[in-house]
Amino acid sequence: MSEAAKQLVVNLNALAAGLFLLTSFGIVAMRQARGCLQLFIAQSLLLAASAALLGLRFDSGHLYGVALVNLISKPIIVPWLLRKVASAELYTRREIDQVLNIPTALSIALGLAIGAYFLGVPLARAVGPEYVGPNVPIGIAGLLLGALTLTVRREALPLLIGLLAMENGAFLAGISIAHDLSMLVELAIATDGLIIVFIVGVLVRAVAKQVGTTAVGELARLREGPR
Amino acid sequence: MSVLWILFPPLIAAALAGIRSGKAWMPAVTAISCLIVLGGTLHMASVVSAGGSLTAGLSAAWLSWIAVDGLSALILVLIAFVSCTAALYSIGYMAHGEPTSGKLRLYYANYNLFVFSMLAIPLLAEPTLVWIVVELTTLCSALLVSFENTSEALEAAWKYVILSLMGAGFALFGFLVLFAAMHAGGGGSYTWAGLVEAAPRMPPLLMQTSFLLILIGLGTKVGLVPMHTWLPDAHSQAPSPVCALLSGIETTSILYVILRLFPVMHSVPGAHAERWAVVLGLISVGTAAFLLLQVHDYKRMFAFSTVEHMGIILTAIGLGASAADYGAMQQIVSHAVTKSFCFFAAGAVLLAVGTREIGSVRGLIRRAPLAGAALVFGGLGITGAPPLAVFLSEFAILKAGLASGHYAASGLLAIFIVIAFFGVMVHVNRMVFGAAEGAAEPEAPADRLPFSVVLVLALAAVPVLVLGLYLPAPLHDLLVSAAAAMTR
Repeated sequence: MSEAAKQLVVNLNALAAGLFLLTSFGIVAMRQARGCLQLFIAQSLLLAASAALLGLRFDSGHLYGVALVNLISKPIIVPWLLRKVASAELYTRREIDQVLNIPTALSIALGLAIGAYFLGVPLARAVGPEYVGPNVPIGIAGLLLGALTLTVRREALPLLIGLLAMENGAFLAGISIAHDLSMLVELAIATDGLIIVFIVGVLVRAVAKQVGTTAVGELARLREGPR
Repeated sequence: MSVLWILFPPLIAAALAGIRSGKAWMPAVTAISCLIVLGGTLHMASVVSAGGSLTAGLSAAWLSWIAVDGLSALILVLIAFVSCTAALYSIGYMAHGEPTSGKLRLYYANYNLFVFSMLAIPLLAEPTLVWIVVELTTLCSALLVSFENTSEALEAAWKYVILSLMGAGFALFGFLVLFAAMHAGGGGSYTWAGLVEAAPRMPPLLMQTSFLLILIGLGTKVGLVPMHTWLPDAHSQAPSPVCALLSGIETTSILYVILRLFPVMHSVPGAHAERWAVVLGLISVGTAAFLLLQVHDYKRMFAFSTVEHMGIILTAIGLGASAADYGAMQQIVSHAVTKSFCFFAAGAVLLAVGTREIGSVRGLIRRAPLAGAALVFGGLGITGAPPLAVFLSEFAILKAGLASGHYAASGLLAIFIVIAFFGVMVHVNRMVFGAAEGAAEPEAPADRLPFSVVLVLALAAVPVLVLGLYLPAPLHDLLVSAAAAMTR
């Protein structure tokens, strides 16, 4: 590959990573449950794109594999599985009151993203000269924003998406620093994501049936002290 | 000899338990599978502690990811022992309340899958694969926690899944950074042993970051304070035999993964892994000791005591002396046998009185003498009263701490242990010997406990008592070889 082409690939990867960061912010802020899922699918596609571009850059078949796994499991199997296991009602939910209001949550998200930059850049530098692109800081930001989603949301689907978004973030960073992780491990992690969706879906269905809500964040009966 | 076969009995039992059949079938299959696994792990332990090593025994390259040394053999034996007693206990306990056979199938299938996922943790030596089976333990046990399907149980299961998986997200990134560090240090085989070898060449910054990410991420699942908030919920709402598994051994087998990092981090300048362990450990022990004073639910009480014990083990490892490592291994054993006994006793009390509220249980020794006596024995055992198992191991840790000059840490540890002793015993004393308030309440004699519950209470009490009096030589050898895995 010529130098110019290499540079183009690196720039495209930076674009994909930048859009990835945007979707992470979107997941924190989106009120509509369905919107959250769509943003997550977009995020997974961007992760796949980044993996494919880095695969091109480093000529690594393994990264193509990661791209392929992401392309199949998250945009296709995850929504299908959710529809199978949990009720369709999950999608139609709209969250009115979050634990924190959206402007506050977004300001915290901004702070976390800036923190992720200062954490990620020295880390990436320590990996060595072969590291390219902004994947590590943005991956860390994705991880932290996913965790933030888990703390500010109450509705089941956005919480599940927050979990999966954390994993996406870890992977976006991972593909740039750990290219040659074994394919077996990669496949196992993808399967694991699907099991998460399945188990959480089953739990949500049980909660909806037993308690009559999918706003699982409002369950708060277990605590110290007399009830 | 190949060690992989140990994973098959639980898998087969999980499949067989799914078959539509009589109600005796599922518990029988589960108990037999657990007994086979117990025999297998005991054999492995004897080979390993005699100085032998166990690998997959096949030639494919990726099978180097499977290896058993002293530490993993110790954890394997404990998983097998607790899953065995809990399986026997389930026979009588789960039949109580007459659940449908569909529910029972769900229970036993999940039970076996859960045992399978736990057994895989010490068998695997490749960190990312270990991460995956740690995830599997959460996912396989989630439906066991929510088994009773009350809104409390569902809430507990939900918190458990979300917080554990959130921690796992951080841990995953930690393991990927560790992999990158290995790569930057010139490569090698990405296994626990390979990491120890490559550690001096790996970039310190990456190592420190990955250590903290994994400590926080997996520490969530171990129940270290301040990431412990889900633990008392999940460990108290699940059916009692599942609580015994969760508290007795699952926490320890996750802690085992963290312990694996200490020999690796030792050669990293500025990592201070030991200092982190002592600080986090003492915070956990202290917080749990004070929270124990104000619990209102006796199963939550034992769950908080798990937080305390995880803290003690982590602190012991953080002391960094080889005698303290040995003490930590001994503590792992005594905690597993004693805590599972405590939950068996708590389950018996629950069967007898039907409530988890400490305040509503008085005069247990008259209403249900056996359950009451078991509760006292468990309470004394877990808080470290002599001459029981926990006393011996806590004494070993404190002695090692003082001998290696960690006066402040050992002193704090001793104070917290004493506070926890009073915290637990005050509640147990009131429940068992307290006079019923008002005295008007007629004390109905409780139903008889199911036979398997009584049997397991008797069986599980044996190691709690015996290990406090003396350590059998084979166990001593195993502990020595487990502590050797921590050599720094």
